[in-house]
Amino acid sequence: MTPELFVHGLEWTEKSLYVYPNEFIYWSIQIVMYPYMTGLVAGAFVLSSLYHVFGQQDLKDMARFSLVFSLCLLPVAMMPLQFHLQQPLRGIEVMFTPHFTSAIAAFGIVFSTYAVIVMSEIWFVYRTYFVEQIGELKNDTSAAGSIKRWIYIILALGASDLSDKAVAKDKKAVKILAGIGIPVAGFLHGYAGFIFGSVKANALWMSPLMPVIFIMSAVVSGIALCMLTYIIIMEWKKFQAVLARGKGDETVLLLRGVEMDVMTKTARYLIMFLVAAISLEMLDLIFRGYTAMKSWDILRSVMFHEDFVKIFVLQYGLGNLVPFIMLLIPGLTIRRTVIALCLVLFGVFMMRWNVVIGGQAFSLSFAGFMHYHLPIIPHNLETFKEGLFGALTVAATPFVLFWGINKLLPSLDLKH
Amino acid sequence: MSCSRRKFLKSTLKGTLAASVPLSAFRFLSPAESRAATESTGTPGTRWGFIVDTNKCVGCGFCVKACKKENEVPYDAPVTRTWVERYVVTRDGKDYIDSPMGGRDGFTDPKIRGEEIPPEEITKAFFVPKLCNQCENPPCVQVCPVGATYQTGDGVVLVDRSWCIGCGYCIMACPYGVRFFHPVYRVAEKCTFCYHRISKGMKTACVDACPFGARQIGNLLDPEDPVAQIVQTQRVAVLKDEYGTKPQVFYIGLDKNVR
Amino acid sequence: MKNHVLRPLWVVLGAIALLLLVRYFMVPADFGVHGESFKLSFHRLSNVDDWRNFTVKYKGNTLCIECHEENVEAHANSAHAIIQCENCHGPAENHPDNPESLALDTSRELCLRCHADLPYPSSTARNQIPPIDPNKHNPGSACVQCHNPHNPELEVG
Repeated sequence: MTPELFVHGLEWTEKSLYVYPNEFIYWSIQIVMYPYMTGLVAGAFVLSSLYHVFGQQDLKDMARFSLVFSLCLLPVAMMPLQFHLQQPLRGIEVMFTPHFTSAIAAFGIVFSTYAVIVMSEIWFVYRTYFVEQIGELKNDTSAAGSIKRWIYIILALGASDLSDKAVAKDKKAVKILAGIGIPVAGFLHGYAGFIFGSVKANALWMSPLMPVIFIMSAVVSGIALCMLTYIIIMEWKKFQAVLARGKGDETVLLLRGVEMDVMTKTARYLIMFLVAAISLEMLDLIFRGYTAMKSWDILRSVMFHEDFVKIFVLQYGLGNLVPFIMLLIPGLTIRRTVIALCLVLFGVFMMRWNVVIGGQAFSLSFAGFMHYHLPIIPHNLETFKEGLFGALTVAATPFVLFWGINKLLPSLDLKH
Repeated sequence: MSCSRRKFLKSTLKGTLAASVPLSAFRFLSPAESRAATESTGTPGTRWGFIVDTNKCVGCGFCVKACKKENEVPYDAPVTRTWVERYVVTRDGKDYIDSPMGGRDGFTDPKIRGEEIPPEEITKAFFVPKLCNQCENPPCVQVCPVGATYQTGDGVVLVDRSWCIGCGYCIMACPYGVRFFHPVYRVAEKCTFCYHRISKGMKTACVDACPFGARQIGNLLDPEDPVAQIVQTQRVAVLKDEYGTKPQVFYIGLDKNVR
Repeated sequence: MKNHVLRPLWVVLGAIALLLLVRYFMVPADFGVHGESFKLSFHRLSNVDDWRNFTVKYKGNTLCIECHEENVEAHANSAHAIIQCENCHGPAENHPDNPESLALDTSRELCLRCHADLPYPSSTARNQIPPIDPNKHNPGSACVQCHNPHNPELEVG
């Protein structure tokens, strides 16, 4: 009996001209998702830290929410890697025998450090709330109530001191952790860029600018996602308020005011990082064209012919330029912001796509091309994991997690 | 109440910590390991090197066939540890390259990807066998996150099939495209210079299968070895020198069109 | 009450201790740096032996001559002497125990590997071999019907 053959990549790779026999698009949609998701994590955290560390008061309302949201995104940064590994059960070996000359080996360490920082920061932010809840739920005799109470008791780690001194210590700890967190978040994502930038075999990836470009676009996408989620939640609240009390009610107007205020202020940061990201990418492109190394011929044909629409129309045009203009035109409305944010998120996704898939669009022989066909309808585990539905699973997970975590760590109350 | 719990937690943690610290120290400093660190893993005094004479290759593909059978790489999978490329260069300087099924069945058709090239236009044509270069500075080993691929003391890069996590980073890092996922074991796979043969004094399967002597393997550290002598006395080239990988597969008669 | 700020740290240290404990049982004892550098020689030592003990399948003409002396000698004096027995007869493995008989390839495609005419300049090594045009030279028939592969000079009667 011959075992079933599975040539990884054969299913979705189409070769043209001369490509080495062993070359396939080995890194597919999940590796597009991976830097995209870590980017969202890092971006969300940086946004929350801007308030905690630098005291950007205008971000106060976003801070708690984006902190909790970055916790929800944490496991999702790991998911694409698990989906992508040919031996997913061995993934933990990265923690057991890390080979630190590899950029991926740092993942275990950096990612865990970051996770610890996010979770500790949340613990300090919510400790008071835990302790209060333990007290409040004391009289709740229902099963759900007592389970919830026990969860809070475990989460509180026995630290029930709510004196001014203790709470002040919490605040200080949050500030320190957020301060450490910014460089770690930057590093987490910068090194995702390093994973690509250090592959000398790949002409498109190899660039010292890659980590910086990745950080900038990570912050852009992180801010955009937080803003978008915030808008959706506020709209939902407004909708409920309208249902309950009518359109002209004071609460509705108050909500609208708060929402718009937060948006205009956060959008400013978004634009700043967007400009930085685009400038770096342009610098990279110009440099490659000007120095015209051996690989430039094939890179040029990929960028200006094979992938022109994906790079210049979808990524730079629709994903960067259009939202940039939309956010700059005065008299920002919520609807316009939502469209612009969706485009920004799409643009960053296309950037990841064009780096990961685009980097494999040409053969190492520089004499042929590979075309990627995303598996849509899965017909085995592989085409699910590395197909559209695998990617959608990854994309949906943070929202499902947020729905769950928000029950324990409410981050959307107006009065905090 | 809370105080005693805290005490309990603390002492438990302290105990675990105290237990784990010497434990981890033991892991890094065990005598067996530090002894192993000075041991060389390959045949002492050996550095395996390879010669490919492109002037001699006729494109029969016997090497690819033998390699696949010897090393249990599924015969009909389009991946292979070694392959043969055909280059046809025409009067206008254009080059046509192909390697159908890695050249496993030889080159019997003058057409390249179905395209007929007028014979009178052809100015030169040749075959180039490829295999792992067993680089002195292998990027694939450098990027392995878990230590599943390594270089032996005699210079061969191997993959530990029981430890590879299948991330594909090594495949991406190789500028020569010699690595792939094994269709059955689902881990990174590559040419081993037939390590099981060369460490028994045999030649690799591809060297043995080549009727024309286009492939040779030998010990670069032995001055009497024919391969070492060719590398020392003749003009040989390596593939993609610019990557700084220091390949140990040397080519005679390499053309500028070779990718 | 004493300082509660370090609580998360204790949890983290506990997790690290747990990880090290699991690592102790999961990582093979011979895993480490076995050579000059951490960069190139960090691996499980016994894997080198795993590869050394891989099964040899192509045994070479020296094995064949032990039993098939006549054939090997006839072949050794022909123009096909440079071709190894196993190229056409298949890998010996543990023949004659396992497999009992080898799967001989007598196909036309096998001969065409070298003898199919390719219209290349004389600098190509291929041109030293007598060529045939597979589409014109008795298409469809097996070469061995007329040619003796062990001595190609000799045509089968």
